Amino acid sequence: MAGALQDWKLQKKPFVAIATAPVFWLILFFVAPMAIVWLYSFGQNAGPADIDISGTLDNYKRATEWLYLSIFLKSFAVAALTTLICLIVGFPVAMAITFAAPKWRPWMLLGIMLPFWTNLLIRTYALMALMGTNGYMNKGLGGLWEGASWFRTLVGMQPLEAWTPVQLLYNNFAVVLGLVYVHLPFMVLPLYSALDRLDKSLIEASLDLGAGHFKTFMKVVVPLAAPGIVAGVMITLIPALGAYLTPDLMGGTDSQMIANVIERQFKRANDWPFGAALSFLLIYAMFILIALQSMRANKVKEAR
Amino acid sequence: MFGRSAPIAPLEYTRKLWMRSWVGLTLLFLYAPLLVLMIFSFNDSKRNVVWKGFTLKYYEKALNNDSLVEAMVNSLTIAFLATIVSLVIGALAAVMLWRFRFPLKGLVEGTISLPIIVPEICLGVAFLIFFAKVDWPTDLAWPLNLSAITIAHITFCFPFVAMVVRARLASFNKEEEEAAKDLGATEWQAFRDVLLPHIKPGLIAGALLAFTLSLDDFVITFFTSGPDTITFPVKVYSMVRFSVTPEVNAASTILIVLTVILTFIALKLQGVKGIAQTH
Repeated sequence: MAGALQDWKLQKKPFVAIATAPVFWLILFFVAPMAIVWLYSFGQNAGPADIDISGTLDNYKRATEWLYLSIFLKSFAVAALTTLICLIVGFPVAMAITFAAPKWRPWMLLGIMLPFWTNLLIRTYALMALMGTNGYMNKGLGGLWEGASWFRTLVGMQPLEAWTPVQLLYNNFAVVLGLVYVHLPFMVLPLYSALDRLDKSLIEASLDLGAGHFKTFMKVVVPLAAPGIVAGVMITLIPALGAYLTPDLMGGTDSQMIANVIERQFKRANDWPFGAALSFLLIYAMFILIALQSMRANKVKEAR
Repeated sequence: MFGRSAPIAPLEYTRKLWMRSWVGLTLLFLYAPLLVLMIFSFNDSKRNVVWKGFTLKYYEKALNNDSLVEAMVNSLTIAFLATIVSLVIGALAAVMLWRFRFPLKGLVEGTISLPIIVPEICLGVAFLIFFAKVDWPTDLAWPLNLSAITIAHITFCFPFVAMVVRARLASFNKEEEEAAKDLGATEWQAFRDVLLPHIKPGLIAGALLAFTLSLDDFVITFFTSGPDTITFPVKVYSMVRFSVTPEVNAASTILIVLTVILTFIALKLQGVKGIAQTH
């Protein structure tokens, strides 16, 4: 493969024609803005609309205060919980798609993907409407409650108190549920593509040799699908960690995640240097996650 | 497929009841909120919960709401422009990485994939600072006033196009291009008549991806839009923040239907499998 690559020096004209636009765009509209943020993170407010880049580390020092550190930790916990739930819910779905009849498979995939193509804001809004105090989720819970109450009277116990709608929205539960709702397709697709490559005769062999379905699943399917699991976890964890919209709309005052704190520095609090430092800390956190994953991938490669 | 005649083979997990219910419940979870929203956009009641009868009045209201329509037109314009530019830049980036060996290639390759990885909020903040710093003009005539948002969208869309096109390029047989050149084709002719037809499915998939990503984006737009450059998601956000109105249901339904139509056009062009493979 590498041998087929052309040296740019031998093909200068086509290389320049091809490379100029993307490289130019990348530097001007990606590297430059990010560099400015990076520089701002070492600055301080010198006036209402003036930032002095003095090389100070105060912004980073402030970011390690417990208030902000706890928000970082909490964002990570919420993202990790979301990822775990997505994995538990998504794995059987990916299995079902893999082992479905070939003519059904693409349609099941489409069924998972279509919500992913739908606007994020609309999906969040639709879920909120369902979860409101007058929404169907509350109605469903109310129905269950009344059923339980009726059952209690049947067995001769006191009926339960009348159902009062619970506040499902504006708390941490709502944030996790919203994040799972939004990110589930991200998890299913890489899991499916890993399971699809898996040699099915290995599962058959394991079953034939006397292992049960659960044992086969744990000892054969999961290890072989490991790259897909890691990919799915990364692809879910990273956007969930930086989620802004879901905690903003569905969370309460105590469920703010790091992205909301960053936003506040740029809008209400108007402390751009501190916001810049926080956003670079978030980017570094992503880099660490990705580095951990690629280190693991390299180890697996070496072992083979 | 659903016949009861054949016994369930060990690997036919999909035919097992618990597996089916699991998939069914997951799909219910994914679709129920959207379906309820769509159904109640026809409901003749201000409150969303009880069905009071069929009406189209909220569609009328939504379509007569000038700022909502304007936001929708802005969103579609931005998505259209961003898709075209992303397609060109993304395809060029893919060909560059696939074809050439050049200094700092690893760095360039890594940087191109960065906009995919960097959290949206950080990218949004970066554009807010950048456009403030360079004093990007905000009082231009439509559609030039959308340029800041469009530029931001291109930056996060084109790496996706590059990724999809590059995956497609991997299956290209370079000998075909060489044969064309041996037979007297110029560099440009070989590109247009041999390479371009081969990567066409990748381009279509990339274009659809870029269009959806652009239409979908809220966070980055939130930081780059001004009072005159509201997009549909930003508009819906402010409507949801202040009060939930049935108009939002109607407008959302229109956008969902548009998404489904686009998906089915993609299906017609590529087949279900092609769409599945692009993700």
